[in-house]
Amino acid sequence: MELPPKVKNILLLDSEGKRVAVKYYSDDWPTNTAKEAFEKAVFTKTQKTSSRTEVEVTELENNIIVYKFAQDLHFFVTGGNEENELILASVLQGLFDAVTLLLRGNVDKREALDNLDLIFLCFDEIIDGGIVLETDATVIAGKVGIDSTDPNAPLSEQTISQALATAREHFTRSILK
Amino acid sequence: MAQPLVKKDDDHDDELEYSPFMGIEKGAVLQEARVFNDAQVDPRRCSQVITKLLYLLNQGESFTKVEATEVFFSVTKLFQSKDTGLRRMVYLIIKELSPSSDEVIIVTSSLMKDMNSKIDMYRANAIRVLCRIIDGTLLTQIERYLKQAIVDKNPVVSSAALVSGLHLLRTNPEIVKRWSNEVQEGIQSRSALVQFHALALLHQIRQNDRLAVSKLVGSLTRGSVRSPLAQCLLIRYISQVIRDMANHGQSGERPFYEFLESCLRHKAEMVILEAARAITELDGVTSRELTPAITVLQLFLSSPRPVLRFAAVRTLNKVAMTHPMAVTNCNIDMESLISDQNRSIATLAITTLLKTGNESSVERLMKQITNFMSDIADEFKIVVVEAIRSLCVKFPLKYRSLMTFLSNILREEGGFEYKRAIVDSIVTIIRDIPDAKESGLLHLCEFIEDCEFTYLSTQILHFLGIEGPNTSDPSKYIRYIYNRVHLENATVRAAAVSTLAKFGFMVESLKPRITILLKRCIYDSDDEVRDRATLFLSVLGGDGTVDTDKETKDFLFGSLEVPLVNLETSLKNYEPSEEAFDVNSVSREVKSQPLAEKKAQGKKSTGLGAPPAAPASGFDGYEKLLSSIPEFAAFGKVFKSSPPVELTEPETEYAVNVVKHIYDSHVVLQYNCTNTVPEQLLERVNVIVDASEAEEFNEVTSKALNSLPYDKPGQAFVVFKKPAGVPAVGKFSNTLTFVVKEVDPSTGEADADDDGVEDEYQLEDLEVVAGDYMVKVGVSNFRNAWESMDEEDERVDEYGLGQRDSLGEAVNAVTDLLGMQICEGTEKIPTNARSHTCLLSGVYIGNVKVLVRAQFGMDSSKDIAMKLTVRAEDVSVADAIHEIVACG
Repeated sequence: MELPPKVKNILLLDSEGKRVAVKYYSDDWPTNTAKEAFEKAVFTKTQKTSSRTEVEVTELENNIIVYKFAQDLHFFVTGGNEENELILASVLQGLFDAVTLLLRGNVDKREALDNLDLIFLCFDEIIDGGIVLETDATVIAGKVGIDSTDPNAPLSEQTISQALATAREHFTRSILK
Repeated sequence: MAQPLVKKDDDHDDELEYSPFMGIEKGAVLQEARVFNDAQVDPRRCSQVITKLLYLLNQGESFTKVEATEVFFSVTKLFQSKDTGLRRMVYLIIKELSPSSDEVIIVTSSLMKDMNSKIDMYRANAIRVLCRIIDGTLLTQIERYLKQAIVDKNPVVSSAALVSGLHLLRTNPEIVKRWSNEVQEGIQSRSALVQFHALALLHQIRQNDRLAVSKLVGSLTRGSVRSPLAQCLLIRYISQVIRDMANHGQSGERPFYEFLESCLRHKAEMVILEAARAITELDGVTSRELTPAITVLQLFLSSPRPVLRFAAVRTLNKVAMTHPMAVTNCNIDMESLISDQNRSIATLAITTLLKTGNESSVERLMKQITNFMSDIADEFKIVVVEAIRSLCVKFPLKYRSLMTFLSNILREEGGFEYKRAIVDSIVTIIRDIPDAKESGLLHLCEFIEDCEFTYLSTQILHFLGIEGPNTSDPSKYIRYIYNRVHLENATVRAAAVSTLAKFGFMVESLKPRITILLKRCIYDSDDEVRDRATLFLSVLGGDGTVDTDKETKDFLFGSLEVPLVNLETSLKNYEPSEEAFDVNSVSREVKSQPLAEKKAQGKKSTGLGAPPAAPASGFDGYEKLLSSIPEFAAFGKVFKSSPPVELTEPETEYAVNVVKHIYDSHVVLQYNCTNTVPEQLLERVNVIVDASEAEEFNEVTSKALNSLPYDKPGQAFVVFKKPAGVPAVGKFSNTLTFVVKEVDPSTGEADADDDGVEDEYQLEDLEVVAGDYMVKVGVSNFRNAWESMDEEDERVDEYGLGQRDSLGEAVNAVTDLLGMQICEGTEKIPTNARSHTCLLSGVYIGNVKVLVRAQFGMDSSKDIAMKLTVRAEDVSVADAIHEIVACG
């Protein structure tokens, strides 16, 4: 028996239920078809509810799912039936706040896709193989952001030199054509 | 397309569906990935390509083996770059690609370098990546670094190593177990999460050592745990320890209860919830222990946070199943949750209320639910319907409002599972509450007028056929049934024809009219419908003498007396020949033995290293075995074979159990012996039976077992004669006698010169009891069977069963004693019930059918009284049943 709290998956879907980013930590959904079916079920079950302010919760297929929406993004965290929903909620809140920090408050689908690398890193820093790694949003965001002067920082704050580098790149490529 | 991520201009505002990944294609991205091989690495561009690869994988795209390998190899080149962001993406993609073990070699050195880097982020991530992809041999090489990382002063590094340890424990437990000293240090860490991860790992390392676990958690209860997560974990471990202690018979004051209770005052809500839940799930929790937990949960019920309300109501719902009284205090808070925005919370609140509500609140509750039903999904509705069914059984007087509610929702839209739940509930109510019958049947009739589910229609028609004719005005159902013949598919039409016939037969006044209706059916387009109509017409056309009446009745209402499984096996074994298949040759015994035997073997096998399956298991096996022994053939047909009775303690040198085969005038005892000593061979194994306490039995013969090698079960038999048809009882003492020979365990051969030593082994006593003469035979409709037996021959008596823990215990004691089949699910007793009626059926020796109705009642001091009503085809048997109970 495994006693430590386990997260089965993290889902980030758009307002039509399509994947923005997902990560599964459990074998309950072995194929992509099974995963998509689950995402569809979760999305349909929750889409009519509103959870703009508070984290909401529901049960589906013997799983507890906590969720929170922001603009056209739907965040979900799934755990087993026996799981403590408040632990799942703290994971979700950590994820949501960290993403908000990383996207500088613009939590919507376009911004998320533009910074998908940060979202992936964020997932990676919250849960490792189903085990909660960190739930403090600032710590998570800090770990993902590492160093903001770094050339790979979020595109929104590219420095002049970086912009120049990009331009140079374009230029070289056009010459080589 | 080449640089979609960078293209961040303003013009995408007017695009409806902007995505930097629009139109992205696997082939093109794999092409792009060649940029990894460039001599001069461009970190930003490489990061973008990795993001695209991750995006593709995330969308469910998969790479072939070759593609994955290619990407993996080129990605490894990126370790040259010093760019931290790029390195993070490299870590991610390596984890996603999950390289094979021969490929892993390529990156290990780079990752090991990162593991010892000065940059904390590199150390933490490199550990997590490396532990995800390496195997045992490589692990021993890096073990030193991992141990070091566990005690690293940076909590992120330390957590990374501990969590990796948790994963590795599954594949390489022996290595991870060596780290317990370092992990122990982690528990003292000042970082909350390190403490949590260290506790999880240390517990997992020690989980098989009960004493160590209890010491570990015991020491932590004294308040050195900082992290709420770790505290939750600790509560889970404590609950486990409490359970273990209870299992090992340590009674008295419940250990650690005070700790759990103190956690209810913790400042983190997740800890409070965890503790409250742990308390409600304690085995045999008392209402005093429950109270503080219920109080905190009640506070959660009115929280503005939905998750808290949900958690509380979900927990209380579970408590209500076992301790409804404890939850009643929360009823007012719960009622306000019926209108909760979150439907999951509302449904849980309603079902909890239905469990805890008292009789006076039912009507008010039903009103509230009616408003609520229209806007919830089917799955919630089913839960509500099930709760209402149990409520109706609990408060039979309220059936009217509950039945109205059910019939209303039956008319509304809904899927199959939902409708079936409603129909099942109505049927249950009709069965349990006679007053509800007529209105319930009419509701069902109306439902089939407009029912799209064939299965439900046929079930209802069948039910109508059984219940309808006994109502005050059976004719009113005919219209509904006959309408089916016009409007439905063939399956439903056939069912309707059968139902009509039942009415025609049972209600004399309807017979002529039904005959006319059936005559119309013989022109139906479907074979089955025509066949049934023709058959029933000829049955109904009979001249109505008493004799044919009985046959017809049996034909129409009688159930198939043999269990379907047995019939199936017999039909499979039947070989086409001159002789027709005889239903009477099919065994009537309801088979529960194979399962029980399997369990018993499962237990034994732990001690004996999985012995081969006994050659004769189950009734069929016995039959084959017995008929293979010519001496027994003359005894006739076996009436009953008992389940095996163990005559030895588990894990002794010789394991023996016995099966009692009852014949009309003989009893054959089959001793199944197993030799569990590898160094021994037993020969001439026999059982000496002393039957001095079994006066009516005379030993006729015995059959010894010639040789009993290690771990190969064999059988010895002893045969007794007893007066024919009489349920003789008695006690037998048994001694196993044999000759022991030494065996070389390596060859398994006995020394040829060894004459062996005679020895004997005392076995436990065996009793033949009255229950051995009773075969479990179920009846499908108890009431019909009951009413078909002569009321004159009924024997009633009352018994005091003394104090028992529960009604269930008393019911089990009586059914075990009688050895009869429990019918219609009456073995299930609602929790907290004070009275219960159990329906039993069986066949007594001499093929006498017996039905028993046992009514149990329990008073406040847990004294149980039983009223036993017995009907049997033979009065003397009914008396015999009472004798059994009186003696037992």
